[in-house]
Amino acid sequence: MEMKTKVHAEEGKQDLTITREFDLPVELLFRAYAEPELIEQWMGNKVLKFEAKKYGGWHFEKKDDKGNIVFEADGVIHEFIPNQKITRTFEMYKTPFGVQLEVTAFEKLTDETSKVNMHVIYESAEQRDLVLKLPFAQGINWAHNRIQELLSKLK
Amino acid sequence: MNLRRDVFQAIADPTRRAILLLVASQSLTAGAIAANFDTARPTVSKHLQILTECELLEQKQSGREIHYHINAKKMKAIADFIEPFRQMWDDRFNKLETIMKEFMPIAIGTKK
Repeated sequence: MEMKTKVHAEEGKQDLTITREFDLPVELLFRAYAEPELIEQWMGNKVLKFEAKKYGGWHFEKKDDKGNIVFEADGVIHEFIPNQKITRTFEMYKTPFGVQLEVTAFEKLTDETSKVNMHVIYESAEQRDLVLKLPFAQGINWAHNRIQELLSKLK
Repeated sequence: MNLRRDVFQAIADPTRRAILLLVASQSLTAGAIAANFDTARPTVSKHLQILTECELLEQKQSGREIHYHINAKKMKAIADFIEPFRQMWDDRFNKLETIMKEFMPIAIGTKK
């Protein structure tokens, strides 16, 4: 079966690419990245700040049912070209993952289809591999000390 | 009963990933594992069964108790953890596509 979302990560490197084709016109795909109310829906987090311009800041947060913050991240937008490209930094709070640079390119395939290509660069190959292991931690309360302890051991 | 379960199917579930993370540092009894989740005990047992069937977890008798511990060899077999990461992005992008398809009729006419 052909997989819609592809991740390419070479061993020992500090970057990776994520590509995906959509049954959506590129304008619509881009809006999902450009408008806070849409970002909130597919990313599943609150958008506290989103300044879609050069040197604009962004800040996302996600809370669980009990009001504990389970995800918080922020960064700066370096490039924001509608329907073409977004370059931003990304840093997750209270994690050992460091800052990552994300270059997201949007491409029109046909009038009805489009493609996204994310190039993510980490501070080191070790930090990239740490992020790759992250999905294992999903569904757990991040505030839980024991889990954080375990995550740091995964290094 | 499905004896040969797929490893990736096993780790596709967030609760099962959480269980693996818990057991990563020390072997635990089913009761001790279940205590970490709000989920009903039988549900946790089912997850443990699946993880054991695909050999990600191993059972060891210790006195009257059965401890679960992680099978490091099998864990290593999961190609450097890329699949769950890919799955996470795939889920996210599927959601994006669904939401934007619903949004499409509204978007016509409000195009920037």
